[in-house]
Amino acid sequence: MMGSDICYAGEQLSKAAPQVLLALPFLFALCLYLAAVAVSNRYRRKWPYFRTACWVAGISLVLSSVTGPLAARAHVDFTAHMAGHLLLGMAAPLLLVMAAPVTLILRTLPTGAARTLARLLKSKPIRFLSDPAVAALLNVGGLWVLYTTELYRAMHESLFLHLFIHFHVFLAGYLFTAVILYIDPIPHQKSFLYRTLVLILALAGHGILSKYIYAHPPAGVAEAQAKMGGVFMYYGGDAIDMILVFLLCLYWYRSARPRKPLGESVSKTV
Amino acid sequence: MAAKVESDNVDSHRSGYLSKNVWSGFLFGVGFIAFFDEAVFHQLLHWHHFYDKSTTAMGLVSDGFFHAFSWFATIGGLFMLADLRRKQGFWPARWWGGVLLGAGGFQLYDGIIQHKMMRIHQIRYVENIIVYDMIWNLTALAMILVGGILLMRTRNKRERPS
Repeated sequence: MMGSDICYAGEQLSKAAPQVLLALPFLFALCLYLAAVAVSNRYRRKWPYFRTACWVAGISLVLSSVTGPLAARAHVDFTAHMAGHLLLGMAAPLLLVMAAPVTLILRTLPTGAARTLARLLKSKPIRFLSDPAVAALLNVGGLWVLYTTELYRAMHESLFLHLFIHFHVFLAGYLFTAVILYIDPIPHQKSFLYRTLVLILALAGHGILSKYIYAHPPAGVAEAQAKMGGVFMYYGGDAIDMILVFLLCLYWYRSARPRKPLGESVSKTV
Repeated sequence: MAAKVESDNVDSHRSGYLSKNVWSGFLFGVGFIAFFDEAVFHQLLHWHHFYDKSTTAMGLVSDGFFHAFSWFATIGGLFMLADLRRKQGFWPARWWGGVLLGAGGFQLYDGIIQHKMMRIHQIRYVENIIVYDMIWNLTALAMILVGGILLMRTRNKRERPS
């Protein structure tokens, strides 16, 4: 009796620990963003409510993925795990990228510190990581490694791996979304065509992996669950990627608008 | 007089965007037929299977790339259409020619290479599948033919008024 109680408490603790450790950095990021909005609004143009709302919604999606009932079910239910993956690796990053956090930090920091950050963004490692092809490889390639090797089983047994993989899924998802859309300023930008091709390849890699999971359940996942999870990953990924594709096309559409010489445009509109 | 000037104006814009009209239509056509396939044959009728155990590895990859490409093409093609319209370069007949060529081309690829050679899935899991295959591929050929005729007839703007 006593033994089983201790065992139970231990199990609860082992489930609570990753949830708390995963949630803390995001709660910190939420506070930091809101503080930056408050500070910078005092001496600059008002920061758009839309961006703040995106950040709050994005953090909420992350928290609903890594804590609470969904995170608890993810240990035993592969479909719940997949729902969490879609939220953490795709939906939340999209919202957080739309919140333009780098722009916010740059306008909040004092000039000197902002310059240092801008210089950091120009550094070689960032330049390498911000190539959409590299970001796509980290993002989709990471998922292939997770679901087609023993890593998926190991993730449920090691706290370190659990944390590492979840942070990786989020960070790779964020990096990928950021360098496809370029909401925040980043040096060495690639063309729309290049980003389009990378996005299509990444989308394909995600879709193929979904069907692969459907047919080849990851280590420790029952066949029926793998099928549901695979279908969920396929259509869920499509839904979120549709927004990403729409935004990328919209930014192309805006940037490609015809610019006529002043005199000509006046005579044409008459 | 004003109308004459206007139509000349549109014509000159159109002829400057001959290939863009085709590409916009083609991309939308590929995207639309793939979306139609997904919505009608996978979701509504449940004829197609999400994954058929006889699928080859190549089929899985081909299906993945075409699915991703068509998903992008639907949206990208319509943004290109919006771009043509704001530049007054939209030519409906030529655009529809592109749509039919894209839709027919994809359907033929899907019907012959993907269904038959790569065996990603069959149209329907019944005995006389050949009937379904014939209708599928003949429809594709008809779309390519009509699309091709439309493109031929809109090849050169100067021949049209006479």
